[in-house]
Amino acid sequence: MSLHQFLLEPITCHAWNRDRTQIAISPNNHEVHIYKKSGNQWVKAHELKEHNGHITGIDWAPESNRIVTCGTDRNAYVWTLKGDVWKPTLVILRINRAARCVTWSPKENKFAVGSGSRLISVCYFEQENDWWVCKHIKKPIRSTILCLDWHPNNVLLAAGSCDFKCRIFSAYIKEVEEKPAPTAWGSKMPFGEVMFESTGTSGWVHGVCFSDSGNRVAWASHDSTVAVAEGGKTAVCTSLSSETLPLLCVTFITENSLVAAGHDCYPVLFVYDSNNAALSFGGKLDVPKQSAQKGMTARERFQNLDKKASVDSKEAVLESVHKNSISQISILNGGKAKCAKFCTTGMDGGMAIWDVKTLESAMKDLKIV
Amino acid sequence: MSKNTVSDRFRKVDVDEYDENKFVDEEEGGENQLGPDEGNLMGALQAVLKNPPINTKNQNVKDRAEGLVLKVLSSFKSTDIEKGVQSLDKNGVDLLMKYIYKGFERPSENSSAVLLQWHEKALSAGGVGSIVRVLTARKTV
Repeated sequence: MSLHQFLLEPITCHAWNRDRTQIAISPNNHEVHIYKKSGNQWVKAHELKEHNGHITGIDWAPESNRIVTCGTDRNAYVWTLKGDVWKPTLVILRINRAARCVTWSPKENKFAVGSGSRLISVCYFEQENDWWVCKHIKKPIRSTILCLDWHPNNVLLAAGSCDFKCRIFSAYIKEVEEKPAPTAWGSKMPFGEVMFESTGTSGWVHGVCFSDSGNRVAWASHDSTVAVAEGGKTAVCTSLSSETLPLLCVTFITENSLVAAGHDCYPVLFVYDSNNAALSFGGKLDVPKQSAQKGMTARERFQNLDKKASVDSKEAVLESVHKNSISQISILNGGKAKCAKFCTTGMDGGMAIWDVKTLESAMKDLKIV
Repeated sequence: MSKNTVSDRFRKVDVDEYDENKFVDEEEGGENQLGPDEGNLMGALQAVLKNPPINTKNQNVKDRAEGLVLKVLSSFKSTDIEKGVQSLDKNGVDLLMKYIYKGFERPSENSSAVLLQWHEKALSAGGVGSIVRVLTARKTV
């Protein structure tokens, strides 16, 4: 596992290209910087400056090599590479609040933008007018949409929102695709239909993710819980209250295991057992450096007792790889079915790449099912 | 058509509030009215944490429940606190944390010290997550 420190500013969002040689990040300002990997170093290759407000979401479509970005200026741009320059195309989202997150659909003919205007804009390209058009999903969303994830069938969209619910909507656009086949979440999927709405957890839903088959959806919410729902005649929801600070992002690495990370600055593994519909904590996925154990003098013990009412001295320095909250996690290779490597970026401006095999061998009790 | 030129504020008065025979909801929560038995503190803890008045809007019910919980918590010996916390399940620990923070809001003479001891033990059982759940809970105890 390696950590690369890009800058000192937080990395608000990142996206990788198809062969993972380039990464697009936004250093908490109006620009997107694209870095190319050369040897062991990352060299800045492009700067995309078009937004007037902070960029809140970036997604890079692997096949068509287009980047979509969205920001607090209520706009989204689709960038295409012409020669050696990225050219932006404005997409009118018709929202009156900031955009919060954006993702390309699996077939890359649509993308969805979640915003503070309490709606999701699903945008597709209209050939006749040579223009990106958007359709809105409004009901029954009652607050900002924080995160989105597409189902592999290109039609269903999971959305986590500040109204404490995770929902699955249908984003079927008849102009660009045929009717989808029935799925575990339902068979009738007109545009904007709510296929599933979560109950039980409270707290803003910070991260949402479909499993590789699309039959399960997991979400992390601000009340320090992680939940998994399995589609079926009646959707089965299981949630686990964790003992850590809230998690901000979650992703499946196999059909039964999830990795999530958040304000505790280290990724955590969860295992879902579908036979018992139970979610359990798998382990902390960080390899802390073994700090030398200093012996404590009697004076230090007394000082600790006086200051903190306890004798042990926990170092005030974080032992994890990331030094600040992790805000985004992305799969590098293996897909969501058999992930081999994943990448995390956080508020400390660092990007860490984690290798699943080395983690498995380093943590003795870790079992990635 | 005669227009009502006199004030029509009487239409906004809720007449039912002033009815002497008005029906008051059954109060829920808080079984032991007489205070905990010295011998059965564990049982008292379980009983007082059952049926918390989360869904009711009646402030009196919530205050009474909180008073009872505080009584039970203060009657534990310091050495027994840890056993008390171990006997609770995850939801019980979260609920206990809620009551502890509620108790911190209105400190009385000795309550804070006792509550701090309970807080320490509940924290080691529930972790920081249980405190986050107290802060983000929509329905307070």
